[in-house]
Amino acid sequence: MACFLVPVGEAVVTTVVQKVVEKREKKAVEQGEKKVSGGGTASIGVKWSQRLGWLNKMLWGGAILLALEHVWHGEVVPWPPFLTAMETPGEVGPMLHEMATYGVAMAITVTVVWAIIVVIAELRAKAKAMPGEEAHAVGGGA
Amino acid sequence: MWLLLTALAAIIATALWYVNAPGDKYKLSLLSFIYWGAAIMWLVDHVIAYVQEGGEFFEINADATGLGFSVLLFGLFVWLIVLLVSDPKRVLKRVLKK
Repeated sequence: MACFLVPVGEAVVTTVVQKVVEKREKKAVEQGEKKVSGGGTASIGVKWSQRLGWLNKMLWGGAILLALEHVWHGEVVPWPPFLTAMETPGEVGPMLHEMATYGVAMAITVTVVWAIIVVIAELRAKAKAMPGEEAHAVGGGA
Repeated sequence: MWLLLTALAAIIATALWYVNAPGDKYKLSLLSFIYWGAAIMWLVDHVIAYVQEGGEFFEINADATGLGFSVLLFGLFVWLIVLLVSDPKRVLKRVLKK
Protein backbone atom coordinates (compact mmCIF):
# COMPACT_ATOMS: atom_id res chain seq x y z
CA MET A 1 0.00 0.00 0.00
CA ALA A 2 2.66 2.49 1.06
CA CYS A 3 5.50 0.40 2.47
CA PHE A 4 8.04 2.16 0.23
CA LEU A 5 7.51 5.40 2.19
CA VAL A 6 9.53 4.02 5.15
CA PRO A 7 12.73 3.51 3.05
CA VAL A 8 12.06 6.95 1.49
CA GLY A 9 11.98 8.49 4.99
CA GLU A 10 15.23 6.78 5.91
CA ALA A 11 16.78 7.84 2.59
CA VAL A 12 15.92 11.50 3.30
CA VAL A 13 17.64 11.29 6.72
CA THR A 14 20.73 9.45 5.42
CA THR A 15 21.06 11.89 2.48
CA VAL A 16 21.15 14.82 4.94
CA VAL A 17 23.67 12.94 7.11
CA GLN A 18 25.82 12.23 4.02
CA LYS A 19 25.89 15.93 3.06
CA VAL A 20 26.95 16.92 6.61
CA VAL A 21 29.68 14.23 6.69
CA GLU A 22 30.87 15.30 3.21
CA LYS A 23 31.29 18.91 4.42
CA ARG A 24 33.23 17.79 7.50
CA GLU A 25 35.51 15.60 5.37
CA LYS A 26 36.22 18.50 3.01
CA LYS A 27 37.10 20.69 5.99
CA ALA A 28 39.34 17.97 7.43
CA VAL A 29 41.15 17.57 4.08
CA GLU A 30 41.66 21.36 3.81
CA GLN A 31 43.04 21.48 7.36
CA GLY A 32 45.28 18.51 6.56
CA GLU A 33 46.66 20.30 3.48
CA LYS A 34 47.41 23.38 5.61
CA LYS A 35 49.27 21.20 8.11
CA VAL A 36 51.30 19.61 5.28
CA SER A 37 52.27 23.01 3.87
CA GLY A 38 53.22 24.05 7.42
CA GLY A 39 55.50 21.05 7.86
CA GLY A 40 52.98 18.72 9.59
CA THR A 41 51.51 15.42 8.44
CA ALA A 42 48.13 14.76 6.82
CA SER A 43 46.09 11.61 7.28
CA ILE A 44 43.11 11.09 5.01
CA GLY A 45 40.71 8.73 6.78
CA VAL A 46 38.05 6.43 5.37
CA LYS A 47 35.51 8.39 3.35
CA TRP A 48 32.25 7.86 5.19
CA SER A 49 30.39 10.10 2.76
CA GLN A 50 31.14 7.53 0.05
CA ARG A 51 30.01 4.67 2.28
CA LEU A 52 26.78 6.52 3.13
CA GLY A 53 26.33 7.10 -0.60
CA TRP A 54 26.02 3.33 -1.11
CA LEU A 55 23.17 3.22 1.41
CA ASN A 56 21.45 6.21 -0.18
CA LYS A 57 21.66 4.67 -3.64
CA MET A 58 20.14 1.40 -2.43
CA LEU A 59 17.37 3.15 -0.47
CA TRP A 60 16.43 5.70 -3.15
CA GLY A 61 16.79 3.23 -6.02
CA GLY A 62 14.81 0.53 -4.26
CA ALA A 63 12.09 2.94 -3.13
CA ILE A 64 11.71 4.44 -6.64
CA LEU A 65 11.29 1.01 -8.24
CA LEU A 66 8.88 -0.02 -5.46
CA ALA A 67 6.88 3.15 -6.09
CA LEU A 68 6.57 2.08 -9.76
CA GLU A 69 5.25 -1.31 -8.61
CA HIS A 70 2.65 0.47 -6.45
CA VAL A 71 1.60 2.61 -9.43
CA TRP A 72 1.35 -0.58 -11.54
CA HIS A 73 -0.97 -2.15 -8.94
CA GLY A 74 -3.06 1.03 -8.63
CA GLU A 75 -2.04 1.72 -5.03
CA VAL A 76 -0.42 5.05 -5.92
CA VAL A 77 -2.18 7.54 -8.21
CA PRO A 78 -0.98 10.88 -9.65
CA TRP A 79 -3.77 12.88 -7.97
CA PRO A 80 -4.33 13.74 -4.26
CA PRO A 81 -4.24 12.08 -1.82
CA PHE A 82 -1.91 9.97 -4.07
CA LEU A 83 -2.37 6.81 -1.98
CA THR A 84 -5.65 5.02 -2.81
CA ALA A 85 -5.76 3.61 0.74
CA MET A 86 -6.16 7.19 2.03
CA GLU A 87 -9.46 7.58 0.12
CA THR A 88 -11.18 5.00 2.33
CA PRO A 89 -11.01 5.63 6.12
CA GLY A 90 -11.14 1.89 6.82
CA GLU A 91 -7.96 1.26 4.84
CA VAL A 92 -5.79 3.81 6.66
CA GLY A 93 -5.20 1.46 9.61
CA PRO A 94 -4.06 -1.50 7.47
CA MET A 95 -1.87 0.88 5.44
CA LEU A 96 -0.10 2.11 8.60
CA HIS A 97 0.23 -1.52 9.78
CA GLU A 98 1.82 -2.47 6.45
CA MET A 99 4.24 0.45 6.73
CA ALA A 100 5.17 -0.64 10.28
CA THR A 101 5.77 -4.26 9.26
CA TYR A 102 6.81 -4.47 5.58
CA GLY A 103 8.29 -0.97 5.34
CA VAL A 104 10.34 -1.13 8.54
CA ALA A 105 11.55 -4.66 7.70
CA MET A 106 12.65 -3.48 4.23
CA ALA A 107 14.51 -0.46 5.62
CA ILE A 108 16.24 -2.55 8.32
CA THR A 109 17.27 -5.29 5.86
CA VAL A 110 18.76 -2.82 3.38
CA THR A 111 20.63 -1.10 6.24
CA VAL A 112 21.96 -4.45 7.54
CA VAL A 113 23.16 -5.44 4.04
CA TRP A 114 24.86 -2.03 3.73
CA ALA A 115 26.50 -2.49 7.17
CA ILE A 116 27.88 -5.87 6.05
CA ILE A 117 29.30 -4.26 2.87
CA VAL A 118 30.90 -1.47 4.97
CA VAL A 119 32.43 -3.98 7.43
CA ILE A 120 33.91 -5.98 4.53
CA ALA A 121 35.27 -2.79 2.93
CA GLU A 122 36.75 -1.65 6.28
CA LEU A 123 38.41 -5.02 6.88
CA ARG A 124 39.89 -5.04 3.37
CA ALA A 125 41.13 -1.45 3.77
CA LYS A 126 42.72 -2.34 7.13
CA ALA A 127 44.34 -5.46 5.65
CA LYS A 128 45.83 -3.36 2.85
CA ALA A 129 46.99 -0.64 5.25
CA MET A 130 48.64 -3.08 7.72
CA PRO A 131 51.92 -3.82 5.82
CA GLY A 132 52.41 -0.09 5.13
CA GLU A 133 51.85 0.80 8.80
CA GLU A 134 54.33 -1.84 9.94
CA ALA A 135 56.90 -0.58 7.47
CA HIS A 136 56.22 2.99 8.60
CA ALA A 137 56.62 2.04 12.30
CA VAL A 138 59.87 0.24 11.58
CA GLY A 139 61.09 3.15 9.51
CA GLY A 140 60.06 5.60 12.21
CA GLY A 141 61.84 3.60 14.88
CA ALA A 142 65.09 3.28 12.96
CA MET B 1 8.48 -12.56 -11.36
CA TRP B 2 9.63 -8.96 -10.87
CA LEU B 3 11.78 -10.07 -7.93
CA LEU B 4 13.56 -12.65 -10.12
CA LEU B 5 14.07 -10.20 -13.00
CA THR B 6 15.35 -7.47 -10.67
CA ALA B 7 17.75 -9.88 -8.91
CA LEU B 8 19.02 -11.07 -12.32
CA ALA B 9 19.53 -7.44 -13.43
CA ALA B 10 21.37 -6.71 -10.15
CA ILE B 11 23.74 -9.64 -10.73
CA ILE B 12 24.42 -8.61 -14.36
CA ALA B 13 24.95 -4.93 -13.40
CA THR B 14 27.34 -5.95 -10.58
CA ALA B 15 29.30 -8.22 -12.94
CA LEU B 16 29.59 -5.39 -15.49
CA TRP B 17 30.73 -3.01 -12.72
CA TYR B 18 33.34 -5.56 -11.58
CA VAL B 19 34.73 -5.94 -15.10
CA ASN B 20 35.39 -2.18 -15.21
CA ALA B 21 36.44 -1.80 -11.52
CA PRO B 22 38.10 0.07 -9.92
CA GLY B 23 37.09 2.60 -12.58
CA ASP B 24 33.41 3.56 -12.58
CA LYS B 25 33.20 6.08 -15.39
CA TYR B 26 29.72 5.03 -16.48
CA LYS B 27 28.32 4.78 -12.94
CA LEU B 28 27.56 1.04 -13.18
CA SER B 29 27.81 0.88 -9.38
CA LEU B 30 24.77 3.17 -9.22
CA LEU B 31 22.81 0.83 -11.52
CA SER B 32 23.73 -2.21 -9.43
CA PHE B 33 22.84 -0.40 -6.16
CA ILE B 34 19.44 0.59 -7.61
CA TYR B 35 18.64 -3.01 -8.58
CA TRP B 36 20.07 -4.51 -5.37
CA GLY B 37 18.05 -2.07 -3.22
CA ALA B 38 14.83 -3.03 -5.04
CA ALA B 39 15.67 -6.76 -5.03
CA ILE B 40 16.28 -6.75 -1.24
CA MET B 41 13.07 -4.82 -0.57
CA TRP B 42 10.99 -7.17 -2.73
CA LEU B 43 12.62 -10.21 -1.16
CA VAL B 44 11.54 -8.96 2.28
CA ASP B 45 8.06 -8.21 0.89
CA HIS B 46 7.76 -11.72 -0.62
CA VAL B 47 9.04 -13.46 2.55
CA ILE B 48 6.64 -11.60 4.88
CA ALA B 49 3.69 -12.15 2.51
CA TYR B 50 4.57 -15.86 2.19
CA VAL B 51 4.86 -16.31 5.97
CA GLN B 52 1.67 -14.38 6.75
CA GLU B 53 -0.57 -15.41 3.85
CA GLY B 54 1.07 -18.47 2.26
CA GLY B 55 0.45 -19.29 -1.41
CA GLU B 56 3.01 -19.11 -4.20
CA PHE B 57 6.32 -17.42 -3.38
CA PHE B 58 6.92 -16.22 -6.96
CA GLU B 59 4.06 -14.80 -8.96
CA ILE B 60 4.71 -16.00 -12.49
CA ASN B 61 2.22 -14.69 -15.03
CA ALA B 62 2.06 -12.18 -17.89
CA ASP B 63 1.19 -9.24 -15.61
CA ALA B 64 4.08 -9.94 -13.22
CA THR B 65 6.48 -10.37 -16.17
CA GLY B 66 5.30 -7.08 -17.66
CA LEU B 67 5.89 -5.37 -14.32
CA GLY B 68 9.34 -6.98 -14.09
CA PHE B 69 10.43 -5.63 -17.47
CA SER B 70 8.89 -2.21 -16.70
CA VAL B 71 10.91 -2.10 -13.47
CA LEU B 72 14.12 -2.98 -15.35
CA LEU B 73 13.45 -0.27 -17.94
CA PHE B 74 12.67 2.30 -15.25
CA GLY B 75 15.90 1.45 -13.39
CA LEU B 76 17.86 1.87 -16.64
CA PHE B 77 16.05 5.16 -17.29
CA VAL B 78 16.96 6.56 -13.82
CA TRP B 79 20.60 5.46 -14.31
CA LEU B 80 20.70 7.03 -17.80
CA ILE B 81 19.37 10.37 -16.52
CA VAL B 82 22.03 10.46 -13.76
CA LEU B 83 24.71 9.47 -16.30
CA LEU B 84 23.70 12.19 -18.77
CA VAL B 85 23.47 14.85 -16.04
CA SER B 86 26.95 13.95 -14.72
CA ASP B 87 28.20 13.62 -18.35
CA PRO B 88 31.52 11.84 -17.59
CA LYS B 89 32.73 12.02 -21.22
CA ARG B 90 31.72 15.71 -21.45
CA VAL B 91 29.82 14.96 -24.65
CA LEU B 92 26.76 17.05 -23.76
CA LYS B 93 28.93 19.96 -22.59
CA ARG B 94 30.74 20.01 -25.96
CA VAL B 95 27.46 19.79 -27.87
CA LEU B 96 25.87 22.60 -25.81
CA LYS B 97 28.95 24.83 -26.26
CA LYS B 98 28.69 24.63 -30.08
